[in-house]
Order: sequence, then C-alpha cells, then structure tokens
Amino acid sequence: MILRPGIEDLKIIGFYLGKIILGLAFTMVIPILIGLCFKEINPTLDFIIGIEISVLLGLLLMKICRTDKDLNWMQGMIVVSLSWVVAMILGAIPLYLSGHWKSFLDACFDTMSGFATTGLVLVQNLDHLSYTHNLWRHLIMFLGGQGIVVIALSFFVRGFSGAFKMYVGEARDEKIMPNVIHTSRFIWTVGIVYLILGTLALGLTGIFNGMKPLNSFFHGVCIFMAAFDTGGFSPQSQSILYYHSPIYEIITIVIMILGALNFRMHYHLWTGNRKEIFKNIETRTFFVTIIVAFSIVAVGLAEIGSYPSVLVLFRKGFYQLISAHTGTGFQTIYPQQFPIDWNPLALTGIIIAMALGGAVCSTTGAIKMLRVGIIFKAIKEDIKKIIMPERAIVIERFHHIKDVFLEDKMVRGALIITLFYIILYGLGALVGMFYGNPFLESLFESTSAAANIGLSCGITSTTMPSVLKITYIIQMWSGRLEFMSVFTILGFLYALIKGK
Amino acid sequence: MKKNFKLVLIILLFALALYPGTCFSEGLSSSELIKNAKLYDGKLVVYSGEVIGDVMLRGQFVWVNINDGENAIGVWMASTLAEEIEFSGSYKSIGDNIEITGIFHRACPQHGGDLDIHAQALRKKEKGRAVEQRLDIDKKNSSLILLGILFLIWILTLFKRK
Repeated sequence: MILRPGIEDLKIIGFYLGKIILGLAFTMVIPILIGLCFKEINPTLDFIIGIEISVLLGLLLMKICRTDKDLNWMQGMIVVSLSWVVAMILGAIPLYLSGHWKSFLDACFDTMSGFATTGLVLVQNLDHLSYTHNLWRHLIMFLGGQGIVVIALSFFVRGFSGAFKMYVGEARDEKIMPNVIHTSRFIWTVGIVYLILGTLALGLTGIFNGMKPLNSFFHGVCIFMAAFDTGGFSPQSQSILYYHSPIYEIITIVIMILGALNFRMHYHLWTGNRKEIFKNIETRTFFVTIIVAFSIVAVGLAEIGSYPSVLVLFRKGFYQLISAHTGTGFQTIYPQQFPIDWNPLALTGIIIAMALGGAVCSTTGAIKMLRVGIIFKAIKEDIKKIIMPERAIVIERFHHIKDVFLEDKMVRGALIITLFYIILYGLGALVGMFYGNPFLESLFESTSAAANIGLSCGITSTTMPSVLKITYIIQMWSGRLEFMSVFTILGFLYALIKGK
Repeated sequence: MKKNFKLVLIILLFALALYPGTCFSEGLSSSELIKNAKLYDGKLVVYSGEVIGDVMLRGQFVWVNINDGENAIGVWMASTLAEEIEFSGSYKSIGDNIEITGIFHRACPQHGGDLDIHAQALRKKEKGRAVEQRLDIDKKNSSLILLGILFLIWILTLFKRK
C-alpha cells in the first residue's frame, strides 16, 4: 500500500526549500555589486527585483512551513530536486527582465543550462549583454557545479543529519572529509583557490592577446567559472573562437581537465599524494577513453580531409574532444560546422566522449569514469571466469582512493545508472527526430543536454519547438542530479495522488 | 599606344576573373559563409557587420570580430586598416558597422584552422555610438513595491513575536 505524504512531510520540504531559496537570493548580491561597479542601472534593478522575489518566497515558505524536524531520505531528495527547479525559475527572472531572451521559457532554459553546467544557450544578442547579466550567467554555472545545496550546506546550515541526504541527492555520494559540511567547505576552498589562479592566468593571457585589462580579467573570471565547472558558457557569442589564441585554448584545456577530476583527487593532490592520480581507476579510464575517442575523431576528420594539416586537425579535434569529454562545451568551431565539416565517424567520437563524462564527485555530468571503469572490470572478470578452470576463484579489484574488491552490487549500481543515461540520451534523440532533425544530429544534441555538455551542432536555437526546449530542460535536470532525486519526486507526486 | 594600354587592361581583368582563387561575392552573410565554407574557401569575399568586443592587437596586425546579426566572424587585418574603427559593440555601445573585403578561410592554416577572413580593405558604413542608459521606470516601481511588501512582512513578523 502506498502512503499519501502528510502535511508534516510537505512542511518539512517547504521549510528546507525556503532555506535554500534564501541561500540562492544571497548569491544575487554579487551581480548587484558588479552592476553598481560598472554603473549598469537597469541590469542592477533586474537583480534587485530577482532578489526581492526570492527573499519573499523563501521567507514565506519558512514562515508557513516552520518546523524543527530533520529531513528523512525521501524529503531530502525532494528538497534537492525541487531546489533545482525553483532555482531555475528564480534565476531566470533577472535574465528575462534584461530583454535578451525571447520568452521566459528561453530564460529558464539558459538558467537550467547554467545551473546544470550544460552550456547550451538561447540568449539573443549576447555580444551586447551587460557585465551584470553575463556575470550571473557564469556565476550560476559555478554555483550549480559546486552544487546549489552545497552552497546552503556550506554557509547556511549549522550541521544537521539531513545535510548528508541533500548532499547525496545532488549526485555527490562521496565524503572527502568525515563531516559533510566540512566536505562542502573543502569543495568551495578548492573552487576559490583555482578561481584565483585560473583568473590570473586567463586575465594575463587576455592582456597579452591585446584585450583591455578590465575586460580581460572579467572574461578570465567568466571563462574560468565556465571551464572549471565544466559549464561552457562564454561572455561572447563565438565561445573560445573569440580569443583567436592557442595559449587561451591550452589554459582552458588544463582548467577543463581539473574540473573533470574527482574532488577527492584534488584533496590527495593538495595533500601531496600525487601517486593517487596514476593509480586511480578514474584517471586511468579517463586517459584510455580520451585516446580511444580521439582516435575515432582523428580518423573521421582525416578521412574527410577537413583540415589542411595534422597540427590543425589535432588542435581542432583535440579541443572539441576534451571539451566534450570533460562536459564543458567550449567550441573553437561554429555549431553549424559539426554536421558540415565533420563526418559521422568524427561526430560519433564526440558523442561517445560526451556520453562518458568525467569523474564522480566532480562538476561533470554523464555516466562518469568510475562507472565505466567498474563495468570494464566486470567484463574482464567475466572473461577471466570463462577462460580459467571452473574451480578457479576469480577476484577483480581496482584502486579508487583505496584498494577495492569488485562486488556485484557495485557493478549493478554502475550498470543501472549507465542504462538510465543511455535511455535518457535515446529519448531526447527521439524527440529531436520527431521534429524533423536527422538521427545523428538529434543524438548529438540530446547527449549534449542529458550529459550536461553544451556542445551544439545547431539544433538548439530560439526557433526550436517549445516541447524540445522542455525536453532538453528535463534532460539537463535529471542528468545533473543522476536520476535518484528525480525518481523520488515522481514517486512523491504519485503517492500524493494515489496514496491512502 | 592608348589602344594597346586598353587591350592590356582588358586582358588583365579577364585573367583576374578567370583565376580560380578569385571570386568577388557581394554582401555575404555569416551563415552563408559558414554553411558554404568549402565553396568560398580561399575566395575574395565581402562581409559586413558590427565590430564587437575587443580589437586585439597582435604585432602589426589585429583581430576584429564582426557580427552581422547571425554570427560573429574573426577578421585578421593590418593594424593600420583598423585605425578607422572607433566604436566596438558592447552593452554600453553600438559598434561601427564596417564592410570588409578579404580572403575567406574555412580552416585557416595560419591561424590553427579557425574560420576567418583576412581583410584587404575596410569601409566604414556607419559610425557606432555610445548607448544612453535611461532608468526603466517600470523596473524601478516594481522593485519599490516588492521592497514595500518585504518591509510589511518584516513588520508583521515583529508584531507576531510581541
């Protein structure tokens, strides 16, 4: 028998949702300060309206649903998935008010794309967007990459057991520190330290490339946030092509790879345990899949003769591949060039890279390296069992922070999530094809949305049907949260209607 | 003598028109160039649009990004040619609208395979300008009303506590 959730459940969910909304409202202070610094009056007003609506909603929820009770697993998961939907709507308000988005749905699309660190865009006339709005676009990537709930846990929650439930709900099931609040703060420390270093590197390169110092550092901050959080937004419409700089491309490749690493890996690197990077199953799998996927891309590009020399082929092919594999979505070619200049084989290589993604407990989306590594280990174990004598005991193990023996439970978990992702990629492709797009392009765009990549082959545009926009929003949302929170909310809604 | 000169001139123009790498195309859009990049690769094209973002100096050359309303394309030109540019497009300004005549590259071997145009001539079609910022009254009023509601809630909460 399914039990209908009670008023108490709704109150607890509402109360913690209110807390997270207040946290989100607090982050809007940053673009307001930027707006004041750059004397951008109307953009500042957009964010003042945004912050007021958010505070109002947050306070009302907290007042109406006031409770001292802690979250249980179901409530924690629902708070997380609802937080992302509410964040999308509230975050879209200042964007929509700017007049650069054709509809509120388009603004919601870009906000979800930002929070989920995807990078697909529907913004109009981006090259004339204010500093204030541009900073917000990139800031939401940083916030989403670190985790909206992680923000609340880090700054607004003073330790309660429900914190871990929300943390897990945001697809972060690995604790770096013994305490989840400390883990969240560590994630923020890593982000802030790299932010300073990355901004300096990109800002100085920009000046060296002929950009004005202020603009250069502003771009540096934005591009860093988009690269480290594997988001892929950029302040100009041409993405990384705007800079016409190989050094800029190299720096962004380094930042993208850093963003695709597990935060636990950063912890080990920071504490001097560099051996971990060579032993870990995730980094090893990442290395192998980069080589395999790039080989496919390179053969495809060489076959069609897209580029005049090997060096050019490497520069274009490798950049798009790393951008796809890390889930970033920066481009040094135009979206329209993918279906024209790249053949199906090269596109398949990019789709494979997008579908696999980076490390668990990182800012990337998609299946992720740990699961890919576990599945390969399981296949290896099964092959060994076939080859070896019946009485032989085959044990497979791998290294992920510590030595771990491969168990059926792990393989099952990895395969289930992988299966869900494949279904999600396929469903989005079907909707794309329903609207008359070719199969490969539909699969490309769908994988890009569901795996939170942001590379586009031209389907994503303001003129695409609303149903397709909503499909991609759902894909970005469920892909980022890795399904569990989304399934919980669906179950919750079902229980509300059918429960007794 | 005059007749001979005319003949030479006609032959020269004819030869220039037949030369495979040369094709004069009037007013191509960025989408047209990107979609038919193989067709225009290595050809002389005319492209116009608004200068956006930074004019990036690289030695004796500059990179200028020109947006025609559909896409922005990078244009590589001599810095002397770029001296005419006064405004570049941003939130606070509308950039100069310029017309570029230059060689289009689908995958420029000199610039790491970028799709670009190497400008040979530049013509300013329309001068850019600074955009005057006016306070949006509706936005101002909305923010004040919302602030009032927030203040009211705060006062009500204080009363409730008492």
